Amino acid sequence: MVQAPEISLAALAPLLFVLGAACVGVLVEAFGPPEGRHRVQVAVALVGTLGGLVTSLLLAGERQVTAGGALAVDGPAVFLQATIAGLGALSVLLFAERSLDPARSAFVAAAAVPAGSPRDRELMTSSRVQTEVYPLTGFAVGGMMLFVAANDLLVMFVALEVLSLPLYLISGLARRRRLLSQEAAVKYFLLGAFASAFFLYGLALVYGATGSVRLADIRAAAAVGGTDLLLVLGLALLVVGLMFKASVAPFHAWTPDVYQGAPTPVTAFMAACTKVAAFGAILRLLYVAFGTSEWTWRPLVYGIAIVSMVVGAVLGLTQTDLKRMLAYSSIAHAGFLLTGVLGLNGGADAAGSGLGATMFYLLAYGLTTLGAFAVLTLVRDGAGEATHLSRWAGLARRSPLTAAVMALFLLALAGIPLTSGFTAKFAVFRAAIDAGAWPLVVVALLASAVAAFFYLRVIVLMYFAEPVVDGPTVGVPGLPTTIVLAVTVTATVVLGIAPGAVLDVAERAAIFVG
Amino acid sequence: MSLTNYLVLAAILFTIGAVGVLVRRNAIVVFMCIELMLNSVNLTLVTFARASGTVDGQIMAFFVMVVAAAEVVVGLAIIMSIYRTRRSASVDDASLLKY
Repeated sequence: MVQAPEISLAALAPLLFVLGAACVGVLVEAFGPPEGRHRVQVAVALVGTLGGLVTSLLLAGERQVTAGGALAVDGPAVFLQATIAGLGALSVLLFAERSLDPARSAFVAAAAVPAGSPRDRELMTSSRVQTEVYPLTGFAVGGMMLFVAANDLLVMFVALEVLSLPLYLISGLARRRRLLSQEAAVKYFLLGAFASAFFLYGLALVYGATGSVRLADIRAAAAVGGTDLLLVLGLALLVVGLMFKASVAPFHAWTPDVYQGAPTPVTAFMAACTKVAAFGAILRLLYVAFGTSEWTWRPLVYGIAIVSMVVGAVLGLTQTDLKRMLAYSSIAHAGFLLTGVLGLNGGADAAGSGLGATMFYLLAYGLTTLGAFAVLTLVRDGAGEATHLSRWAGLARRSPLTAAVMALFLLALAGIPLTSGFTAKFAVFRAAIDAGAWPLVVVALLASAVAAFFYLRVIVLMYFAEPVVDGPTVGVPGLPTTIVLAVTVTATVVLGIAPGAVLDVAERAAIFVG
Repeated sequence: MSLTNYLVLAAILFTIGAVGVLVRRNAIVVFMCIELMLNSVNLTLVTFARASGTVDGQIMAFFVMVVAAAEVVVGLAIIMSIYRTRRSASVDDASLLKY
């Protein structure tokens, strides 16, 4: 007789909402009539993600382990689930934008048609749109929300794949520059599968060392034999697998290529949501499972944080493509986030300021980077989006509003006061200093200064350079992109000027269970 | 025979897979090397399950197989789509994205 595990449906409601909507999306795709399908799919995807956002907000204050111990619904899980669902809803709006591209969509009409074939050229100008991307996004968002709540390495692995597989596909679906997009998908897929193999081998070694993959059991076993070779090796491999997803240098090789090749709305989605999900899992793994054997991973994460900040900031200087530049900025930000991860001393039960600060950073960075990529979709020329830096010269004269919005996002990414980026950086750096990691903060400040140079270079170019002849045009965004820009601009300013309330929520949510 | 032998074999298979991913040029072969890594993990899991006398590890091996099957579907679809355009599955030919 097998005992059925106890499952609290209320605690799983956000996940059920998002994944349920994705399943409905698959059915609509299979049985719905082609005309009007786009509108229905967008509505279903929005209901799913917004439903996930609302239900996770209702769960605030929940602290329990459910589904037979496989899922932990606690403060960090709920906070990050709400963040992911909210950013996911904004990404769906970006996907749904139809008034910018003359072909009425950023996604290819038929992915199976070879790029450059006569049929492909014919479809290029048709207004047919593909809608598979919405259910796929739903599954990716669901996987990310599962990832941050996983209380078990096996669930964490399954969630990792549920979030990755749809992302591999949708990054290859660009309407224009299809070869680049397909190449990005192949690179992302091969390197992603390589990294999940490392994660899995780490899982197997930890299972061998402790006899369990439940995070609480690993914690108990690590407290006794924390320096067991098998366990340390397993931990290192798990960290490698997760750092890859979070695009932390030296596991960042895929990031610039995939960010550049993928359709820009998808890049926005990946940059914002995947980062949140991956850091959620890193925090849970390091603090719940390995909180007692802190000194085995602290030096490792310390080194990785420094490498990531330096690589992101220095290589960002040499970029001439805006999407690539933002990719290196994302690598540098992953390093700053790791300083927050190191800022939490004590175990899983200690409500350290580092955890709250890191979660606030994830929220602020996600909104800002989503907005920055949304601006990139506006500036276009004949071949699609004009992402080369030189094309943006003198943009402020052509469209002062677009330039001002982009300047705001770049200042926030650089961490200039009165923007959300400054508050977030201040919070993680303070937490790191409290934990005694001041040399790391010195490196982080230097890296911020270097990174500020390449953000400011774009602003100078937009405002003080002569506009190029036959330069790009600035499209008039439709309602979806306008909503995204309004929300992200508001959030960037509000979280910069009056961050108290949100910081407070993040602080109070910062207690792991399990 | 001692169970350690199986673990050593799995580690060797994992290393062969990892080295294969780094040195081979055909996307399909690279992908096969990744599958080899996943299967070496399965061997490790089953060996540890035997050593600890529980079935957890064997069940996990099933999960790994199912996920690997899903990965094959997605991966081959992506590799096929780029092959039909380029008539080549070499990862060196796909080099539009750099610097």
